[in-house]
Amino acid sequence: MARANSNVRKSGRRHPLATVALVAIGLLVTGGAYAGFTQTSATADVDLQSPETIAAGQKLFAANCATCHGMNAEGVVGDSPADTSGPSLIGVGAASVNFQVGTGRMPLAFQGPQGMKREPQFNEQQTLELAAYVASLAPGPGLPDSQYLQGDGDVANGGTLFRINCAMCHNVAAAGGALTQGKFAPPLTGVAPTHVYEAMVTGPQNMPVFNDANISPQDKADIISYLKFIEEQPAVGGLTLGSIGPVAEGLFIWVIGLGIIVAFTVWITAKSN
Amino acid sequence: MAEEATGNALAPQGHGTGEVSAGTAVVSSDAVQNPGFPPHHHRVTDLDEKKAKRAERVTFTLFYLSVAGSLGAVLAYMFFPIETGELMQIRLHTMFVGIGMTLALLAIGIGAVHWGKSLMHDQEITEDRHPVASDEPTRQTSAEIFETADKESGFSRRTLVRNSLFGALIAFPLPGITLLRSLAPQDQDPVELLKHTMWKKGVRLARDTGGAGVGGAIKATDVTIGSVFHVVPENLGDAVDVLNEKAKAIVLLMRLDPQDLKEPEEKKSWSYNGIVAYSKVCTHVGCPVALNEQHTHHLLCPCHQSQFDVSDQAKVVFGPAKRPLPQLPITVDEEGYLIAQSDFQEPVGPSFWERVK
Repeated sequence: MARANSNVRKSGRRHPLATVALVAIGLLVTGGAYAGFTQTSATADVDLQSPETIAAGQKLFAANCATCHGMNAEGVVGDSPADTSGPSLIGVGAASVNFQVGTGRMPLAFQGPQGMKREPQFNEQQTLELAAYVASLAPGPGLPDSQYLQGDGDVANGGTLFRINCAMCHNVAAAGGALTQGKFAPPLTGVAPTHVYEAMVTGPQNMPVFNDANISPQDKADIISYLKFIEEQPAVGGLTLGSIGPVAEGLFIWVIGLGIIVAFTVWITAKSN
Repeated sequence: MAEEATGNALAPQGHGTGEVSAGTAVVSSDAVQNPGFPPHHHRVTDLDEKKAKRAERVTFTLFYLSVAGSLGAVLAYMFFPIETGELMQIRLHTMFVGIGMTLALLAIGIGAVHWGKSLMHDQEITEDRHPVASDEPTRQTSAEIFETADKESGFSRRTLVRNSLFGALIAFPLPGITLLRSLAPQDQDPVELLKHTMWKKGVRLARDTGGAGVGGAIKATDVTIGSVFHVVPENLGDAVDVLNEKAKAIVLLMRLDPQDLKEPEEKKSWSYNGIVAYSKVCTHVGCPVALNEQHTHHLLCPCHQSQFDVSDQAKVVFGPAKRPLPQLPITVDEEGYLIAQSDFQEPVGPSFWERVK
């Protein structure tokens, strides 16, 4: 990198590494400032009820979300599916916004079978401001209480509930699975407990809703504990091959296993030279 | 070389009598001529003493490697004990013992094949098949033995004894066939059992808590739009055979926007405010259909990808299933709990012979 830069800048009087140094200093300053900024304004300090937060959220919303969801989050009805039309967000609650924006699914990267997880476009502060604005429009599911997100619940109960309610789509090892027409249930490894909780409450995209009458907050905490448990537990059976079951295992044994057998057969029957 | 001479000339080398009768087989006069063996090529190990030595070294090295593998497996057993019960320790134990044993057996096999291919005598030879029949005197003797035995035992003469023995042998397997009756439920008509479930008028819908467990009854107000509940009859615990009854009675409860529901006039009363209940047993081969997509309203069966449209009477929209999922007619009681109006109106699950009778 340094050499390539120095070649380009050969004619100048500056030291060949000056550009690199400048970029490095710039990055450090920006990164440091950013880190300081996020540290001071992180998480629980944002008051979702305060008019300032809601006003800030409204500005962000108008700039980033209103094209599809409408200026007042009332939704846009398109003439054709190709239109940038989004559903109404009135009553979806802070939990839904925090999940969709916090996991990077919204703003949508591109039209497709389903919104994809990616690097979030907004920082935590901005996400919460957006959540505060949408929550101010109509009552909806709020952000989960941190006591349910610690992962210290009843793992066995969480496992039972997970197998009854979640495993058919998300796979018993939470490795995710295919749905219809390009849609899929994502793997649940590496997902923040708060996003898992919010997904259960709000039912994002094609996931059904699991409200508190169906799975109580404590049961949700148990499910989160179970997910944490299976994520931290080493795979004692050796290679998991993605834990996605017969497809990966079948592919492995048909290609590698049979390949070895065929290779041996060819070697045994070939004439020695 | 003499060896090559035998290779090219394929003179019949019969055993004993030489000429073998063709029997009833059609012997074609223009049969394909035996082309004989292809010319023999010498291997490098036949021509080069050094290469032969090298092959020898490879072979015994492999056998020594096998010994090392065996000893390694024994050592791995000692150095990675499973007594601690620690899962990672067990993983290492299995892995290293397995690698040792694999090496032990695989090296013997590879060594033996390498030995055979590179060092052992490699001249092709022909050996004719032995005639299947024994020679005449032997056959004569065996026939005589049979005759003598028949005469001495009276097998042909004492017909009553013989026939009663045949009867006993025929009767012997009967108990085994009778035992198969136990595969069907006792004192009950299997067809009736398949046609009915535990659901009947007034039975409350309760949460499935896994195994034989029954959670609390479900109120209509608990079921918000987009919700899905996995449901069993509240009185499931009263059943004699809980798991069998559960397997038939499992239901998926979903609430849609009532505007999205397409219901024929006669089934309008089967749902309640957009809450619908469908059998969870796939009509194809009976897997639990539970992959529910909230917005497309599709239910996907994970076994063979049958898809049912919940908004349109669970009709099949894709896959091998031929019939919609049976709907459970539901309503609410005075306390607001969801209850069944009746049993399913048709047998749940895959087809069986007497299904439509």
